[in-house]
Amino acid sequence: MNFILDGLFQAIQLLIRGDGETYSAVSATLKVSTYSMVVSLLVGIPLGFLLGHHDFLWKKHIRTITDTLMSLPTVLVGLLVYAFLTSRGPLGEYGLLFTLEGIAIGQAILAIPIVIALTATAVESIDEKLRITLISLGADKKQVFYSTIWEARYGLLAAGMNAYGRVLTEVGIAMMVGGNIKWHTRTITTAIALETNKGQFEMGVALGLILMAIAGIVNFSLSFLRNRS
Amino acid sequence: MKRNVFITSLTMIAAFLILYGSAAFSGDVKLLRMATTTSTDDTGLLDYLKPYFVKETGIDIQWVATGTGKALKLGENCDADVLLVHAPDSEKKFVADGFGLNRNVVMYNDFVLIGPASDPAGVKSKNVKECLSAISSKNIKFVSRGDKSGTHQAEQALWKASGLPVPDKEPWYVQAGQGMLTTIQIAAEQNGYTLTDRGTYIKYEDTMKGNPPLKILVEGDDLLKNIYSVIVVNQAKCPNVKSDLAKAFSDWMSRPSTQKLITGFKLSGKQLFFISSK
Repeated sequence: MNFILDGLFQAIQLLIRGDGETYSAVSATLKVSTYSMVVSLLVGIPLGFLLGHHDFLWKKHIRTITDTLMSLPTVLVGLLVYAFLTSRGPLGEYGLLFTLEGIAIGQAILAIPIVIALTATAVESIDEKLRITLISLGADKKQVFYSTIWEARYGLLAAGMNAYGRVLTEVGIAMMVGGNIKWHTRTITTAIALETNKGQFEMGVALGLILMAIAGIVNFSLSFLRNRS
Repeated sequence: MKRNVFITSLTMIAAFLILYGSAAFSGDVKLLRMATTTSTDDTGLLDYLKPYFVKETGIDIQWVATGTGKALKLGENCDADVLLVHAPDSEKKFVADGFGLNRNVVMYNDFVLIGPASDPAGVKSKNVKECLSAISSKNIKFVSRGDKSGTHQAEQALWKASGLPVPDKEPWYVQAGQGMLTTIQIAAEQNGYTLTDRGTYIKYEDTMKGNPPLKILVEGDDLLKNIYSVIVVNQAKCPNVKSDLAKAFSDWMSRPSTQKLITGFKLSGKQLFFISSK
């Protein structure tokens, strides 16, 4: 039991002392989650809008598939991305295996379905009258898109935060695609797995608390922005 | 509209991939990538050797520490330039199948059978064969790596060498499927026995401040030798591997000065790896 409390002290120490390994893992985690979130928001929001706003054949089935993909196991994504990025795989020549960019690709695959599904839900929940009003006021398609997205902004924020939570805490992809290489692809989550394997539970707890702190800072900043807007 | 969104997203993805690509290509040219077993990393040996290697050869090295089984698989898939592993039979097959060149035996330590200090199977100071027979006939918990790692393969070979069937579904046989230190912890929680390399055990002892619940009970048997080799991944199979850098690493590991470094690596005053007399 003691190691939980020890972990808390160690977390504070690591941060104050400016421990190089810890900061390297923090920076790897921030980089890789930023890359993957940028991609998944850019891809996911427009697709989610199309899915929520328009009616087309097979729409329900596509919704079901997207919802199912929200439960993608990270280890499976890790294996699939590894299969593509290995030197013998179709994308092997780009040398993305064991890089942060490689991890980001896997995490984007994890996050995109979440962004799509939750964006679609947010867009659907907007009053149908808004669209009719906008069109009757002579809005073109672009204006309809931007106005709808603006009206659904809180839903989109929730979509982004959900996806961020998944990306920030996953360990399967980072381990398989990143390889947990010290100073390079060791993220906070793979470092936790390693320290736990080594029996250094305090260190595992300390790193876990640091990860929670990052998530806390991101969420506080977002809710601050939200209250101001 | 749909088209615009689609095209915009595609452009964004393309731009992103180009950024990725250039970042990946602008990387260090003289970078050696190694796949290795957990024991060399967990004990801190590689962290200790790296600065000397970088300074003496000008080559940067990164490693992925995993079980020997997966390390060999990474070699087969051309994802590593060089391997540092410890499963002689699998390694010989790896070389015979043409995936690797120059299997170079660089160091050894030994496996030890560890168990609770109370020694419920009564195996202290017996040989491996007697120890395993006692554990299996008395149905006492034995925790296996169960992950095709070098240690797991060595353990399977020990059952066979003792004339016993390799256990699988027996209730007393626990297949952890995890790294060495985790497996030791599981054995400690369950008051069971396990096989470990001595280096990892010393590391464990060190972590437990010199007073671990599991003690070395069987050691020194000829069957327990644990041999580490460096294998250069074959460029004929994998055109992209840096076999010149890999060869440089292999040679560097055999240098007398490096071998001296290896024998000088200690935890709690104990030597973890021994140089190979071949």
